[in-house]
Amino acid sequence: MSTRTIRGQVAIAGIGETAYYKHGQAPEPEFKLALMAILNACEDAGIPPREIDGFASYSNDRNDPSRLAAALGLPDLKFSNMQWGGGGGGGAGAVGNAAAAIAAGYADCIVVFRALAQGQFARFGQGPRVATISGDAAFTTPYGVMSPGQRYAMRAMRFMHEHKVDRSALRAIALASYHHAQANPRAVMHGRPLTAEAYDASRWIVEPFRLFDCCMENDGAAALVLVSAERARDLRHRPAYLLGVAQGSEYRNGAPSHNAPLYGTSSFTTVAPRLYAMAGVGPKDVDVLQSYENFTGGVLMSLVEHGFFPPEASNEFLVLDNLLAPGGSLPLNTSGGNLAECYMHGLELQLEAVRQLRGTSTSQVPDVDVSMVISGPMVTPVSSLILGSAATR
Amino acid sequence: MSPAGKYYLPEGLPAPVPEPDGLSAPYWEGTRRGELIIQRCRACRGWQWGPEWICHACLSFDLGWERVEGRGRIYSWERSWHPVHPALKEAGPYAVVLVELPAAGNVRMIGNLLGDPRAPIDVGAEVTAVFEPHDDAKPPFTLVHWRRAD
Repeated sequence: MSTRTIRGQVAIAGIGETAYYKHGQAPEPEFKLALMAILNACEDAGIPPREIDGFASYSNDRNDPSRLAAALGLPDLKFSNMQWGGGGGGGAGAVGNAAAAIAAGYADCIVVFRALAQGQFARFGQGPRVATISGDAAFTTPYGVMSPGQRYAMRAMRFMHEHKVDRSALRAIALASYHHAQANPRAVMHGRPLTAEAYDASRWIVEPFRLFDCCMENDGAAALVLVSAERARDLRHRPAYLLGVAQGSEYRNGAPSHNAPLYGTSSFTTVAPRLYAMAGVGPKDVDVLQSYENFTGGVLMSLVEHGFFPPEASNEFLVLDNLLAPGGSLPLNTSGGNLAECYMHGLELQLEAVRQLRGTSTSQVPDVDVSMVISGPMVTPVSSLILGSAATR
Repeated sequence: MSPAGKYYLPEGLPAPVPEPDGLSAPYWEGTRRGELIIQRCRACRGWQWGPEWICHACLSFDLGWERVEGRGRIYSWERSWHPVHPALKEAGPYAVVLVELPAAGNVRMIGNLLGDPRAPIDVGAEVTAVFEPHDDAKPPFTLVHWRRAD
């Protein structure tokens, strides 16, 4: 039986983004932002935009492939794909779907993108303004549980209770993102450093999360261009080869009304082993990690479930020095991530993972061969991926 | 109850109603009578919450509804400060608990924890259900909160 894998078959050849803005402050409409990011990614790759023949996105992105293809004058749209699930859980999954389509021969040059303009559309962090509510939300909304933070705080609280995790662990995650954002001129929080004292003094949003444990809400767009490994070798930049992608969530993670049997989880307990199995590497091989921060508690559980340390070692491992580029044992969110670069639903993390392989990050880790991204913890489905240099292929 | 109002949270949040397909209707009707009614499979006798059209354990469609005692223990909790809805502007902090019901297969329910919202909340603490009818709401509904057991 042949081994079914996309390992080494596909590469990210181009990355592009717009400027990143505070929510509601983008000067352009969302669809135009999407177009700008896509063209920037093509320019970066050195690929004429009319060679795009597929699109993949996630989280019900509003900018549909048919409109994009018409707007860009694409001669033949061969692949259009939306990864199910909300939040940023589908970020790596969308890249995986695009890679699978290229490996299977459906298309040759697929753009993965995400665009958000929250002034034009609704914000994420606000509850519904409706008279009545039904379904699963009826069991939570009337009790004041409606924002993403409120939906996921109890998962993190349970995990922290079970494993005696201190709030200093969450603080280290927030400080790492803010630290790296200070070197990154693209970051919305560039020039806005965060100290441990300011973190400790910040207001509660929903315990166990303080203000700086929560992602920003931003406007902008980001895009990646994927092609076959063979094609990528002839292009402008060092290819970021896809070594593995996995998506999904464990047994009944989506059980209604917070009844997932395994509750204190980032949803990766079954996904992470599949990721490593396909990539042929383990957590010790990962040189640099981008891990989606909707909330720091989600990063905590993501790191545990991806095997970087056992839960009982959380307090020892999650100290700032371990998480900083260039010298930390696990440099984390080296662009500033969702907390401090931009909340582009985690697609900005994928761009940063590519930069680390190219050697062009503003917080570069030396000699990166294995660069990993974890998307959207605590939601379902979630996804994660591992990129590698030519040496790992 | 909050000192100001007759309800734990201010009025003005969305009122819970059953879905058009009626899946959760027996639960909401039960709360109006002051009863906690949840799903139980007639085939394998397993409990199930929230409601679904099929039993996740044995895949039977023969699901019934049974009354359970309003006693449980705190499985997790959060204390919410930041208002995410206009009705909650002055409401924070308020306490939310995820309560497991040992007498019903440890299914879990979400409610507010009555009492001082700033008081420490202990995972594992025993709690009892408190029904909060909103008779004047359109349509009327009843919420199920929790208070620390004596």
